Amino acid sequence: MPLVWIIAIILAIAAIGFLLGRRRVLQAVQGDRRKLHSLPNYYGSNVLISALVPALLLLIIWLTLQPIYVNSLVSSGLSVSDLEQAASPDLVMAEIRRTADGLELAVASGTMTEDLARDPGADITEVAEGLQEAGSIVTSAVTQPILRAAQQYRAIMGTGYTMMFWAVVLMALGGAFWGLRNARPDYRARHTVEQAIRALLVAAASIAILTTLGIILSLIFNTIEFFRLYPATEFFFGTNWAPSFSGRGGASDLGVLPLLWGTFYISIVALTVAIPIGLFAAIYLSEYASPRVRAMAKPALEVLAGIPTIVYGLFALLTVGPLLMKVFGPDALGIMQAGTAVMTAGLVMGIMLIPFVSSLSDDIINAVPQAMRDGSYGLGATKSETIRKVILPAALPGVVGAILLAASRAIGETMIVVLGAGAAARLSLNPFDAMTTVTAKIVSQLTGDADFASPEALVAFALGMTLFVITLGLNIIALTIVRKYREQYD
Amino acid sequence: MTEASFDSQGAPARKRTSLTVTDERTKARNRAETRFRAYGVAAICVGVFFLIVLAFSIIRSGLPAFTQTVVAVDFQLSQQDFDEAEAQLFKTKAYEGFLIEAIRGKLEERGLEADFDAGAIERLLGKPGSTLREHYRANQQDLGQEVYFQLAAASRVDGYLTGRVTRDTLQDSRFLQMSDLDLIDELVAVGVITRSFNWNFITGADSGVDDPGGAGIGASVIGSFFMMLVVLVLSLPIGVAASIYLEEFAPQNWFTDLIEVNISNLAAVPSIVFGILGLAVFIQFMHLPQSAPLVGGLVLTLMTLPTIIISTRASLKAVPPSIRDAALGVGASKMQAVFHHVLPLAMPGILTGLIIGLAQALGETAPLLLIGMVGFVARGNPEGIVAGFTEPNSAMPAQIYTWASRADPGFYEKAWGGIIILLIFLLSMNVLAIILRRRFERRW
Repeated sequence: MPLVWIIAIILAIAAIGFLLGRRRVLQAVQGDRRKLHSLPNYYGSNVLISALVPALLLLIIWLTLQPIYVNSLVSSGLSVSDLEQAASPDLVMAEIRRTADGLELAVASGTMTEDLARDPGADITEVAEGLQEAGSIVTSAVTQPILRAAQQYRAIMGTGYTMMFWAVVLMALGGAFWGLRNARPDYRARHTVEQAIRALLVAAASIAILTTLGIILSLIFNTIEFFRLYPATEFFFGTNWAPSFSGRGGASDLGVLPLLWGTFYISIVALTVAIPIGLFAAIYLSEYASPRVRAMAKPALEVLAGIPTIVYGLFALLTVGPLLMKVFGPDALGIMQAGTAVMTAGLVMGIMLIPFVSSLSDDIINAVPQAMRDGSYGLGATKSETIRKVILPAALPGVVGAILLAASRAIGETMIVVLGAGAAARLSLNPFDAMTTVTAKIVSQLTGDADFASPEALVAFALGMTLFVITLGLNIIALTIVRKYREQYD
Repeated sequence: MTEASFDSQGAPARKRTSLTVTDERTKARNRAETRFRAYGVAAICVGVFFLIVLAFSIIRSGLPAFTQTVVAVDFQLSQQDFDEAEAQLFKTKAYEGFLIEAIRGKLEERGLEADFDAGAIERLLGKPGSTLREHYRANQQDLGQEVYFQLAAASRVDGYLTGRVTRDTLQDSRFLQMSDLDLIDELVAVGVITRSFNWNFITGADSGVDDPGGAGIGASVIGSFFMMLVVLVLSLPIGVAASIYLEEFAPQNWFTDLIEVNISNLAAVPSIVFGILGLAVFIQFMHLPQSAPLVGGLVLTLMTLPTIIISTRASLKAVPPSIRDAALGVGASKMQAVFHHVLPLAMPGILTGLIIGLAQALGETAPLLLIGMVGFVARGNPEGIVAGFTEPNSAMPAQIYTWASRADPGFYEKAWGGIIILLIFLLSMNVLAIILRRRFERRW
């Protein structure tokens, strides 16, 4: 029974419950609504919620736990000899699951009878033929123990799903009846319903916590796994990045320093572009520009922030790179070897960051009280003197916060560096060399063919952890500074 | 402004100043003022200049992707020719022969010499014979009449006409030879080779790595559509519910603080980290299918939720407290006041924020790389709605990245073209958001 149907049945039970609950309570008072504690719809909703919520919860819990339980049951049934040539029990289980899915598909498409799929003494060639006919991908030969285990797996899963169906439907019915029993005129239905809605609201708000938890756990577990295979000191202090492509490990050098250097170098180039332009733009917009100029220029700059980073990446790779090559390439100045370089990525990233710096600084400069400007003008200072001597010092903490936020954005930026910065990890001072960053290597390590349990793939999680910690730290510092500054003038 | 002088009689060395004549120092200060102002103007101009360069290079490089080079011929085939061709062993070869005759005829009409062989035609057109044969076998009534054919030219012919391949860079190969270029020039002169609008780019699916001409973005637009559907269905209720709780009900305690801190931090976490989360949790742990729009949508939902929550809270906050007070005053419960009065009034603002969040999610690439939407070649459209969510597909930005990282420069043009389509979607979403805000947003 597909999941969609189960959910549809629960929903139907809940909807009928809603109507019944509403009708029952209205009948109890002969249609005189004034005698009810709550509006009739609340009695209906109460039935609906008590039918829906426990049943859905049970469904989710069952769906999570059943595969884990069945996996452990089936894998404990496999003897050691069955696993002798297999690489790991995980792979065997994956094979078993695939075969079981194949059986399911074959039965569903009619190329295999249910009896054959269930028969433990079935001829292995016959079953394999049936599987192939149904178009399921089964690795060359299905061995006897695997087939046996797959049949067992499929049988247990099937029984489990049948049990789940009845349990969930019974739960929904039970909930509906419980709700209906409560559909009495003096029952405080609105309170119950509002409490349930409130619980839903809290649950929705908690998703933010769950997401953070998910990020931290998935990073930590895989990072620990990585440090078990690869020494942490070599990762943090190694100056060479050279993963082996065999996926076996051992021969790889996975030092993070060249990547961090590339990341910071590109970010510095980007910030040298973005800070002066962004800051001066913000000063002009907030202090000099007429309302009309401001209404035109501010959105124009902010369009730069709304453009997806893949566009900037392509711009770096195909427009800025070749352009820089014409000036600094081998035919001209000869200090640039290829279009992808620190300068290319940094320049384009700087363009992307202009609106971040400008709109944040704009807000901060606008927050400086008018009295400070008036005081300065009253003493005879020109506009630019006021800005340089009074407004900027007053806004400095906030501007620093804005710059830190831009820096954290630069460090975490992916697409521009993946396309524009090159792939070679090196420690060099020449901004026209190709270098690579933490984010670019996360992408390349996780999109390759490397085995997921190898240090070459797991290193991406350690890199992700590094990135997460750095950007989080920068953000916290920046937000603290900005908040403190805001309070100062509020 | 001049300096005020304090001493009236002593210190005779001091020069007398006049208010009507600006002195050196004032001039210097005024110059500094002008310079400072000019820096500001320059900064704005540089920003706008970058925007214009970006727009110009997107349009200039992307527009060719919407057209393709075609060989357009009026072609007539009699019943007799058809039977003759069908009787031969190499049937498509026979059709090719007719085509060559037709093209040669065109050239000779203009008095141009036309010495080329079947090999040259194959290099220019791929395998035109089978296209012709399929057409006539399917439409036998066309026999004996003039039929106008537009046959797609090979990508290198395209490259020659758009300037990607030049006579200097071309090396004779089995794909294109120097002699073919003369033929192409002649054919262009007689109007056999022209450019036409490439519908396949908008509706088609991705092609293999060796066929930039046949690549289309249609399949990945559908992939993106299903992804946005997931984001919409999940992030609207969750985002609104979370914002209502935080804005209207949350008590001042550590739990609320924890949620607030988490939301503001998640808004600043690099998008690639969400990709890692999706890979570890949805694919490794929950065994959801790789490359599926469902997983992409889930990851993008988590990524855009903070943005949507922040904008939703702002629009809830903008509803004046008097509305709540009035509702409570006539006997509504807190929940009723919020759901019956505050939420409907805040809805335009919420929808605006939602559309902007969706636009941001639509253009996001980095997390999609990690959940496997890149290596996959989307060769066709998904069959059915469930398949649309769970079958592997690409998404627009992922497709653009795939094209940008292929070796054949013919794909770069497609990548730029894809960007134009992506930006059209983003632009229309943003315009929609602005219209919504203009029309429905109330100022209290």
